[in-house]
Amino acid sequence: MPVDVSTPSDREIRTARTVDAPAALVFECHTRPDLLKRWLLGPDGWTMPVCEVDLKVGGAYRYQWLGAGGETMAMSGLYREIDAPTRIVQTQLFNDDPASEAIVTLDLVETDGRTTVINQILYPSKEARDMMLQSGMAEGMEAGYGRLESLIAEIGEG
Amino acid sequence: MEIATSERLDAVFAALADPTRRAILARLATGEASVAELALPFDMSQPAISKHLKVLERAGLVSRGHDAQRRPRRIEGAPMAEAIAWLEKYRAVWDANYARLDGLLAVLQAPNPDTSQ
Repeated sequence: MPVDVSTPSDREIRTARTVDAPAALVFECHTRPDLLKRWLLGPDGWTMPVCEVDLKVGGAYRYQWLGAGGETMAMSGLYREIDAPTRIVQTQLFNDDPASEAIVTLDLVETDGRTTVINQILYPSKEARDMMLQSGMAEGMEAGYGRLESLIAEIGEG
Repeated sequence: MEIATSERLDAVFAALADPTRRAILARLATGEASVAELALPFDMSQPAISKHLKVLERAGLVSRGHDAQRRPRRIEGAPMAEAIAWLEKYRAVWDANYARLDGLLAVLQAPNPDTSQ
Protein backbone atom coordinates (compact mmCIF):
# COMPACT_ATOMS: atom_id res chain seq x y z
CA MET A 1 0.00 0.00 0.00
CA PRO A 2 1.65 3.28 -1.06
CA VAL A 3 2.04 6.17 1.33
CA ASP A 4 0.04 9.27 0.40
CA VAL A 5 2.31 12.34 0.29
CA SER A 6 0.90 15.83 -0.06
CA THR A 7 1.93 19.44 0.54
CA PRO A 8 -0.98 21.25 2.22
CA SER A 9 1.06 24.48 2.02
CA ASP A 10 4.59 25.47 0.98
CA ARG A 11 5.71 25.11 4.61
CA GLU A 12 4.12 21.69 5.20
CA ILE A 13 4.55 18.09 4.20
CA ARG A 14 1.89 15.52 5.07
CA THR A 15 2.02 11.75 4.77
CA ALA A 16 -0.81 9.30 5.38
CA ARG A 17 -0.58 5.51 5.44
CA THR A 18 -2.93 2.83 6.78
CA VAL A 19 -1.47 -0.12 8.68
CA ASP A 20 -3.10 -3.35 9.79
CA ALA A 21 -3.02 -2.89 13.57
CA PRO A 22 -4.92 -1.07 16.32
CA ALA A 23 -3.82 2.46 17.26
CA ALA A 24 -2.47 1.40 20.67
CA LEU A 25 0.13 -0.87 19.06
CA VAL A 26 1.01 1.68 16.37
CA PHE A 27 1.46 4.26 19.13
CA GLU A 28 3.93 1.93 20.86
CA CYS A 29 5.87 1.57 17.60
CA HIS A 30 6.21 5.37 17.53
CA THR A 31 7.30 5.80 21.14
CA ARG A 32 9.30 2.73 22.27
CA PRO A 33 13.01 2.94 21.32
CA ASP A 34 13.35 -0.84 20.89
CA LEU A 35 10.52 -0.74 18.33
CA LEU A 36 11.45 2.57 16.65
CA LYS A 37 14.92 1.19 15.89
CA ARG A 38 13.30 -1.60 13.89
CA TRP A 39 11.41 0.49 11.36
CA LEU A 40 12.16 4.25 11.35
CA LEU A 41 15.34 3.85 9.34
CA GLY A 42 14.90 5.60 5.99
CA PRO A 43 16.82 4.02 3.12
CA ASP A 44 18.28 0.55 3.01
CA GLY A 45 21.54 0.24 4.91
CA TRP A 46 20.84 2.85 7.57
CA THR A 47 20.57 1.96 11.26
CA MET A 48 19.56 3.95 14.35
CA PRO A 49 22.25 3.41 17.02
CA VAL A 50 20.84 6.19 19.24
CA CYS A 51 17.14 6.32 20.12
CA GLU A 52 16.23 8.10 23.33
CA VAL A 53 12.63 8.85 24.28
CA ASP A 54 11.40 10.64 27.41
CA LEU A 55 7.70 10.31 26.70
CA LYS A 56 6.10 13.15 28.62
CA VAL A 57 5.07 16.70 27.79
CA GLY A 58 8.30 18.71 27.84
CA GLY A 59 10.35 15.51 27.62
CA ALA A 60 13.10 15.16 25.01
CA TYR A 61 13.71 12.62 22.27
CA ARG A 62 16.72 12.03 20.08
CA TYR A 63 17.15 9.77 17.06
CA GLN A 64 20.56 9.37 15.48
CA TRP A 65 21.06 7.37 12.30
CA LEU A 66 24.17 5.82 10.84
CA GLY A 67 24.53 5.33 7.10
CA ALA A 68 26.29 2.48 5.33
CA GLY A 69 29.17 4.84 4.50
CA GLY A 70 29.57 6.03 8.10
CA GLU A 71 27.56 9.25 7.66
CA THR A 72 25.31 10.32 10.53
CA MET A 73 22.07 12.23 10.76
CA ALA A 74 20.09 13.29 13.82
CA MET A 75 16.56 14.39 14.65
CA SER A 76 15.76 15.64 18.13
CA GLY A 77 13.21 17.74 19.97
CA LEU A 78 10.67 18.01 22.75
CA TYR A 79 7.20 16.53 23.17
CA ARG A 80 4.57 19.26 23.26
CA GLU A 81 1.41 17.19 23.38
CA ILE A 82 0.86 13.50 24.09
CA ASP A 83 -2.60 11.99 23.83
CA ALA A 84 -2.10 8.21 23.75
CA PRO A 85 -2.90 6.44 21.53
CA THR A 86 -4.14 9.02 19.04
CA ARG A 87 -1.90 12.06 18.92
CA ILE A 88 1.65 13.33 19.48
CA VAL A 89 2.91 16.84 18.77
CA GLN A 90 6.65 17.35 18.96
CA THR A 91 9.31 19.81 17.88
CA GLN A 92 11.95 18.52 15.47
CA LEU A 93 15.49 19.80 14.98
CA PHE A 94 17.60 18.50 12.12
CA ASN A 95 21.19 17.83 13.20
CA ASP A 96 20.63 19.95 16.34
CA ASP A 97 20.26 23.16 14.33
CA PRO A 98 17.79 25.47 16.15
CA ALA A 99 17.02 27.24 12.86
CA SER A 100 15.59 23.99 11.48
CA GLU A 101 12.93 23.61 14.18
CA ALA A 102 9.76 22.16 12.72
CA ILE A 103 6.52 21.07 14.40
CA VAL A 104 5.60 17.44 13.77
CA THR A 105 2.04 16.28 14.41
CA LEU A 106 1.26 12.57 14.43
CA ASP A 107 -2.38 11.49 14.34
CA LEU A 108 -3.45 7.86 14.62
CA VAL A 109 -6.99 7.23 13.39
CA GLU A 110 -8.30 3.72 14.12
CA THR A 111 -11.15 2.23 12.09
CA ASP A 112 -12.20 -1.43 12.36
CA GLY A 113 -8.90 -2.49 13.89
CA ARG A 114 -6.81 -0.73 11.24
CA THR A 115 -5.01 2.55 11.82
CA THR A 116 -4.27 5.45 9.50
CA VAL A 117 -0.98 7.10 10.43
CA ILE A 118 -1.02 10.80 9.53
CA ASN A 119 2.25 12.67 9.89
CA GLN A 120 2.31 16.40 9.27
CA ILE A 121 5.50 18.49 9.38
CA LEU A 122 5.25 22.27 9.57
CA TYR A 123 8.52 24.04 8.81
CA PRO A 124 9.11 27.41 10.49
CA SER A 125 10.13 29.19 7.31
CA LYS A 126 11.02 28.76 3.72
CA GLU A 127 14.72 28.97 4.73
CA ALA A 128 14.34 26.03 7.10
CA ARG A 129 12.79 23.90 4.43
CA ASP A 130 15.46 24.98 1.94
CA MET A 131 18.07 23.82 4.42
CA MET A 132 16.30 20.50 4.71
CA LEU A 133 16.19 20.16 0.93
CA GLN A 134 19.86 21.02 0.61
CA SER A 135 21.07 18.96 3.54
CA GLY A 136 22.00 16.01 1.44
CA MET A 137 19.44 13.90 3.20
CA ALA A 138 17.43 13.63 0.03
CA GLU A 139 20.44 12.30 -1.84
CA GLY A 140 21.40 10.01 1.02
CA MET A 141 17.91 8.66 1.28
CA GLU A 142 17.65 8.18 -2.44
CA ALA A 143 20.21 5.39 -2.48
CA GLY A 144 19.53 1.72 -2.28
CA TYR A 145 15.83 1.24 -2.89
CA GLY A 146 16.60 -1.57 -5.30
CA ARG A 147 17.20 -3.87 -2.37
CA LEU A 148 14.07 -2.85 -0.53
CA GLU A 149 12.28 -6.08 -1.36
CA SER A 150 14.92 -8.24 0.28
CA LEU A 151 15.02 -5.96 3.29
CA ILE A 152 11.29 -6.31 3.81
CA ALA A 153 11.56 -10.08 3.42
CA GLU A 154 14.37 -10.19 5.97
CA ILE A 155 12.38 -8.17 8.50
CA GLY A 156 9.34 -10.30 7.83
CA GLU A 157 11.32 -13.35 8.90
CA GLY A 158 12.67 -11.57 12.00
CA MET B 1 20.07 21.21 -4.54
CA GLU B 2 20.39 24.90 -5.37
CA ILE B 3 18.31 27.62 -3.80
CA ALA B 4 16.77 28.53 -7.14
CA THR B 5 15.43 25.00 -7.43
CA SER B 6 14.09 25.13 -3.90
CA GLU B 7 12.32 28.45 -4.53
CA ARG B 8 10.76 27.06 -7.66
CA LEU B 9 9.60 24.01 -5.71
CA ASP B 10 7.96 26.30 -3.13
CA ALA B 11 6.06 28.12 -5.86
CA VAL B 12 4.99 24.84 -7.46
CA PHE B 13 3.83 23.31 -4.17
CA ALA B 14 1.92 26.48 -3.26
CA ALA B 15 0.26 26.49 -6.67
CA LEU B 16 -0.69 22.81 -6.37
CA ALA B 17 -2.12 23.23 -2.85
CA ASP B 18 -5.39 24.65 -4.22
CA PRO B 19 -8.06 22.25 -5.58
CA THR B 20 -9.28 24.69 -8.25
CA ARG B 21 -5.75 25.13 -9.57
CA ARG B 22 -5.26 21.37 -9.64
CA ALA B 23 -8.51 21.06 -11.59
CA ILE B 24 -7.33 23.74 -14.03
CA LEU B 25 -4.11 21.80 -14.56
CA ALA B 26 -6.07 18.60 -15.08
CA ARG B 27 -8.14 20.37 -17.75
CA LEU B 28 -5.03 21.82 -19.44
CA ALA B 29 -3.41 18.40 -19.44
CA THR B 30 -6.02 17.43 -22.06
CA GLY B 31 -5.11 20.41 -24.28
CA GLU B 32 -4.76 24.20 -24.27
CA ALA B 33 -7.76 26.36 -23.43
CA SER B 34 -8.75 30.02 -23.19
CA VAL B 35 -9.73 31.68 -19.90
CA ALA B 36 -13.39 31.61 -20.96
CA GLU B 37 -13.17 27.89 -21.73
CA LEU B 38 -11.47 27.23 -18.42
CA ALA B 39 -14.14 29.17 -16.50
CA LEU B 40 -16.97 27.08 -17.99
CA PRO B 41 -16.77 23.91 -15.83
CA PHE B 42 -16.16 25.93 -12.67
CA ASP B 43 -18.73 28.04 -10.91
CA MET B 44 -16.33 30.98 -11.05
CA SER B 45 -15.95 34.30 -12.83
CA GLN B 46 -13.27 34.77 -15.48
CA PRO B 47 -11.36 37.22 -13.21
CA ALA B 48 -11.30 34.59 -10.47
CA ILE B 49 -9.96 32.01 -12.91
CA SER B 50 -7.41 34.56 -14.17
CA LYS B 51 -6.17 34.99 -10.59
CA HIS B 52 -5.57 31.24 -10.26
CA LEU B 53 -3.87 31.22 -13.67
CA LYS B 54 -1.47 33.95 -12.52
CA VAL B 55 -0.37 31.77 -9.59
CA LEU B 56 0.11 28.83 -11.96
CA GLU B 57 2.04 31.03 -14.42
CA ARG B 58 4.33 32.37 -11.67
CA ALA B 59 5.13 28.79 -10.70
CA GLY B 60 5.98 28.07 -14.31
CA LEU B 61 3.25 25.45 -14.53
CA VAL B 62 1.19 27.26 -17.17
CA SER B 63 2.20 29.41 -20.15
CA ARG B 64 0.35 31.39 -22.80
CA GLY B 65 -0.02 30.19 -26.35
CA HIS B 66 0.62 32.23 -29.49
CA ASP B 67 -2.95 32.90 -30.60
CA ALA B 68 -3.33 36.63 -29.73
CA GLN B 69 -7.13 36.48 -29.87
CA ARG B 70 -7.86 33.55 -27.57
CA ARG B 71 -4.66 33.80 -25.51
CA PRO B 72 -4.91 30.09 -24.75
CA ARG B 73 -3.17 28.71 -21.67
CA ARG B 74 -1.23 25.49 -21.78
CA ILE B 75 0.44 23.28 -19.23
CA GLU B 76 4.24 23.24 -18.84
CA GLY B 77 5.64 19.89 -17.78
CA ALA B 78 9.12 20.61 -16.41
CA PRO B 79 8.35 22.35 -13.08
CA MET B 80 5.67 19.80 -12.30
CA ALA B 81 8.05 16.94 -13.10
CA GLU B 82 10.64 18.46 -10.77
CA ALA B 83 8.14 18.77 -7.92
CA ILE B 84 6.89 15.24 -8.48
CA ALA B 85 10.46 13.90 -8.54
CA TRP B 86 11.19 15.53 -5.19
CA LEU B 87 7.96 14.18 -3.69
CA GLU B 88 8.74 10.72 -5.07
CA LYS B 89 12.07 10.68 -3.23
CA TYR B 90 10.29 11.60 -0.03
CA ARG B 91 7.59 9.04 -0.70
CA ALA B 92 10.18 6.31 -1.29
CA VAL B 93 11.75 6.93 2.13
CA TRP B 94 8.39 6.70 3.86
CA ASP B 95 7.30 3.71 1.80
CA ALA B 96 10.40 1.94 3.10
CA ASN B 97 9.69 2.99 6.69
CA TYR B 98 6.06 1.89 6.58
CA ALA B 99 6.92 -1.39 4.86
CA ARG B 100 9.17 -2.14 7.83
CA LEU B 101 6.42 -1.01 10.22
CA ASP B 102 4.03 -3.45 8.51
CA GLY B 103 6.50 -6.27 9.14
CA LEU B 104 7.04 -5.23 12.74
CA LEU B 105 3.30 -4.98 13.46
CA ALA B 106 2.77 -8.42 11.93
CA VAL B 107 5.43 -9.88 14.21
CA LEU B 108 4.00 -8.10 17.26
CA GLN B 109 0.50 -9.38 16.50
CA ALA B 110 1.53 -12.95 15.71
CA PRO B 111 -0.04 -15.63 17.99
CA ASN B 112 3.28 -16.17 19.78
CA PRO B 113 5.04 -12.92 19.11
CA ASP B 114 8.76 -12.68 19.65
CA THR B 115 8.78 -9.02 20.58
CA SER B 116 12.24 -8.97 22.10
CA GLN B 117 14.29 -8.60 18.91
